[in-house]
Amino acid sequence: MNRIDQRFGELKQQGRRALIPFITAGDPAPDYTVGFMHALVEAGADVIELGVPFSDPMADGPVIQQACERALKAGTRLVDLFDMVAEFRRTDSVTPVVLMGYLNPVERIGYRAFAEQAAQAGVDGVLSVDMPPEEADELAPLLKQNNVAAIFLVAPTTSRERAETICASGDGYLYYVSLKGVTGSATLNADDVAEHLAPLRELTDLPLCVGFGIRDGATAANVARVADGVIVGSALVNRIADNTATPEAIPGELKQVLGDMRRAMDAPR
Amino acid sequence: MTVPARSTPQSASDATTLSDLARMPDARGHFGPYGGRFVSETLSFALEDLETTYAELRDDPAFQAEFDRDLAQYVGRPSPLYHAERWSQALGGAQIWLKREDLNHTGAHKVNNTIGQALLARKTGKPRVIAETGAGQHGVATATVAARLGLECDVYMGATDVERQKLNVYRMRLLGARVIPVTSGTQTLKDAMNEALRDWVTNVDNTFYIIGTVAGPHPYPLLVRDFNAVVGREARRQSLEHIGQLPDALVACVGGGSNALGLFYPFVEDAGVAMYGVEAGGDGVDTGRHAAPLSSGAPRGVLHGNRTYLMSDEAGQVADTHSISAGLDYPGVGPEHALWKDAGRVNYVAANDDAVLEAFRELTHMEGIMPALESAHALAHARVLAPTMRPDQHIVVNLSGRGDKDIMTVARLDGIEF
Ligand SMILES: Cc1ncc(COP(=O)(O)O)c(C=O)c1O
Repeated sequence: MNRIDQRFGELKQQGRRALIPFITAGDPAPDYTVGFMHALVEAGADVIELGVPFSDPMADGPVIQQACERALKAGTRLVDLFDMVAEFRRTDSVTPVVLMGYLNPVERIGYRAFAEQAAQAGVDGVLSVDMPPEEADELAPLLKQNNVAAIFLVAPTTSRERAETICASGDGYLYYVSLKGVTGSATLNADDVAEHLAPLRELTDLPLCVGFGIRDGATAANVARVADGVIVGSALVNRIADNTATPEAIPGELKQVLGDMRRAMDAPR
Repeated sequence: MTVPARSTPQSASDATTLSDLARMPDARGHFGPYGGRFVSETLSFALEDLETTYAELRDDPAFQAEFDRDLAQYVGRPSPLYHAERWSQALGGAQIWLKREDLNHTGAHKVNNTIGQALLARKTGKPRVIAETGAGQHGVATATVAARLGLECDVYMGATDVERQKLNVYRMRLLGARVIPVTSGTQTLKDAMNEALRDWVTNVDNTFYIIGTVAGPHPYPLLVRDFNAVVGREARRQSLEHIGQLPDALVACVGGGSNALGLFYPFVEDAGVAMYGVEAGGDGVDTGRHAAPLSSGAPRGVLHGNRTYLMSDEAGQVADTHSISAGLDYPGVGPEHALWKDAGRVNYVAANDDAVLEAFRELTHMEGIMPALESAHALAHARVLAPTMRPDQHIVVNLSGRGDKDIMTVARLDGIEF
């Protein structure tokens, strides 16, 4: 069984929601990433999304664009992420890790090699922002063969017909993009999100996780009421950006942001 | 091969006939292994919408009639096919004919496409248009049609290009557009396109994105080609009229590739017509400082919604490009060109900055026609090609735009500041 399915199975039994932090790998330098990942787990992460830095992050706002720039300047490559995940796995064999990024680095490595190396390193899922299911008919089967989940996005603009295709193609969980915009945009509207998630529930048993616009404990808790998982990126990456001169302070900062969210989500209502 | 092809052949020459090429793209917007729709989910519905709208209008005689009327009365088409006699004679080979897209309203072929897309924008009822621009010609052409239709218009332009194409920046502002300098990445055309896509994903409900070349996600490569194919249809007819036969060769510069496809497409099945696509060689293809993905042997990749040949490093990061001309300073190329390269239908070559400037000056002196630096890439190759051919042979060069916007750049090289 894939670690993602395992984790969501456990959460369901416990009646809890998943907290899913995103950080860009290699930011501010490759050596720090594994330490950050462990810190995120300590603060209550259920799944980790590890961003693959890309020169042209078209779906990202300034915060993650700059994280990509820092990571690339520090020499981070997709193959380095495999090493990071393998190292993380030496002491954490249960927390699922999802690589999230853009397709070009994967095209460059080659689909088969990518799927095999990712699986070998201990990666559990892959989300390529610019690869909708229609363009995934080569990569998705290769990922499946290697027990790596192909995770897809659903947006507020997704039609019912497309949602059916996406639900049928996806593994792991569905990533619901809460708003029209890039990462780091304005705060989401939880009622709006609930309205969009309801029809998806009818289409799939996949966990529905919501990202974009979650910045603090309050928004996380609001979303956790209607979704199976809460994805937080820019709010964490901002803390990395603010502390690049003192990277040893970053794990503490990440734990604080994520810990607040965990507590807010788990607080009895 | 890192990326396995779909049902289509790896090298299009195995099985792709010329009529196969003429029928691309397939229903999903693929040109063999290239093209497609590699976009974030939020944009999928807008692209499906556009595809449906365009599929209806493409065969609608009323839409085509309105497009033709605008091209005739607003753009000033047909553009002449001019025999550059003195220049041909000096080069001592084939006869060179210039397809005078420089004489269009706004000064380049770009307006053919913006007229077409503006009609689509009006059809969708969206009150705002956005565009990316490199040299500023597409931005000017977009600002122009936006002014005419009363649409709000924002143009994204790399900060480097804002600096080197000041005249066009001011033209756009006079036309009522907002020009937004882009300071991320390499601050050129690709970054302008990133930023335009970010805008579109945010404002997709009320905004129509007018893409300026045969790139981007499906259906853009198809519709931009269709709107520019008027260039080739006219050139074909004019060749038969003035020369009495089809030309022996066609030459056009290739940035994203819209002026080249516009000229080439109507000739694709004419096997006797050789085609040359001229990329930006910058300091030289072997120096790494260029913008020539096809002729430098760049690998396949995915950027801005399509798979194509793309300049990128071993790790898949998109490479920095260099060209004297802002309009060609782009690391990718339209997916249809990628297929035509594999099929061997077009010869893709590069012209270096030096040769381009020489061609710019030569045409200006000998014919009294000042070309855009982009177009001067095509001229630079024609200059090499013509002497290898006989005087009874004919080359049609797409003079895609006029050089007014480049006067400052050339003056600076001459040591003159205004
Ligand atoms: C005059 C002119 N020619 C050519 C180009 C390159 O574009 P394309 O390759 O799409 O024709 C530009 C782009 O700005 C241009 O202004």
